[in-house]
Amino acid sequence: MTAQIAIQVNGESRQVPQGASVAELLALIGLAAPKVAVERNLEIVPRSAWASTPLAEGDRLEIVHFIGGG
Amino acid sequence: MDGMAQADEGWTVAGRRFRSRLVVGTGRYKDLPETQAAIEASGAEMVTVAVRRVNLSDASQPMLQDFVPPDRYTYLPNTAGCFTAMDAVRTLRLAREAGGWNLVKLEVLGPPPFLYPDMAATFEAAAALLADGFEVMVYCADDPVAAKRLEEMGCVAIMPLGAPIGSGLGVANPFMIKAIIAQAKVPVLVDAGIGTASDAALAMELGCDAVLLNSAIAHARDPVRMARAMKAAVEAGRDAFLAGRMPRSAAADPSSPVSGLIR
Repeated sequence: MTAQIAIQVNGESRQVPQGASVAELLALIGLAAPKVAVERNLEIVPRSAWASTPLAEGDRLEIVHFIGGG
Repeated sequence: MDGMAQADEGWTVAGRRFRSRLVVGTGRYKDLPETQAAIEASGAEMVTVAVRRVNLSDASQPMLQDFVPPDRYTYLPNTAGCFTAMDAVRTLRLAREAGGWNLVKLEVLGPPPFLYPDMAATFEAAAALLADGFEVMVYCADDPVAAKRLEEMGCVAIMPLGAPIGSGLGVANPFMIKAIIAQAKVPVLVDAGIGTASDAALAMELGCDAVLLNSAIAHARDPVRMARAMKAAVEAGRDAFLAGRMPRSAAADPSSPVSGLIR
């Protein structure tokens, strides 16, 4: 059993396997949609860096997309 | 002249050309198919969109992009709901990453009940965004001094409110909108406050380059029909502005000849 770390995603607490990347987190959530953006600890994680950015204990992530708005 | 009025060639913002002078929001509709139908009927080529957290418990729900495709419409990400410069800048950096383009709508709002533009925070956010390479269309007070300063900072369009967001009160201060238009070298859009087609026509008659609205269509009893009305109103208002209205007179001035009357 892989050790788990605790992170916050969109304000919710979540456990992910130690060493998981941003790309793996998106896969766990089921976000195949290409049109999302990720912020980690107030810094943008560019799409090109999703696979190479490991998550760390206590990380705060925001995953956003476009919705209807005025 | 051959007697035919020249077709409207549209307007340009940050080097992008648009034929339609109507920019519409994509919020507050009953559902996404209604959003799609209303936007289609409006003839708009640019639409505002919001940036929000994805729903983690249901990542498969229908997406705006499936109904309002970004390859057909220019998405203008907004900062609706942002009450600080920092939130607005964070939101638009995420929008740029999600969409891949720099053209954005900045709005930093004061508290309810008016959600009036917070101009101090708007200047702060605009400076940060411009330094970061964004092309900023900025929602602002109908204040000619603030509008000029935003233009001098490098904002690509000035978007004073007609009246508070979602109020439907129309253009509350047409004289200041005209003053802003008269001094501006970048496009001016009336953004917010439009309630019905005549409000949009009035904004265009003042000489605006375009009008931005959302609730006036989305909250009409028949949004698709109102979208069509707005399209016609914006075109009529633009033509009326270009045609130049007749002078106002306090007294009557008959249209029929006064000579040749039967006795």
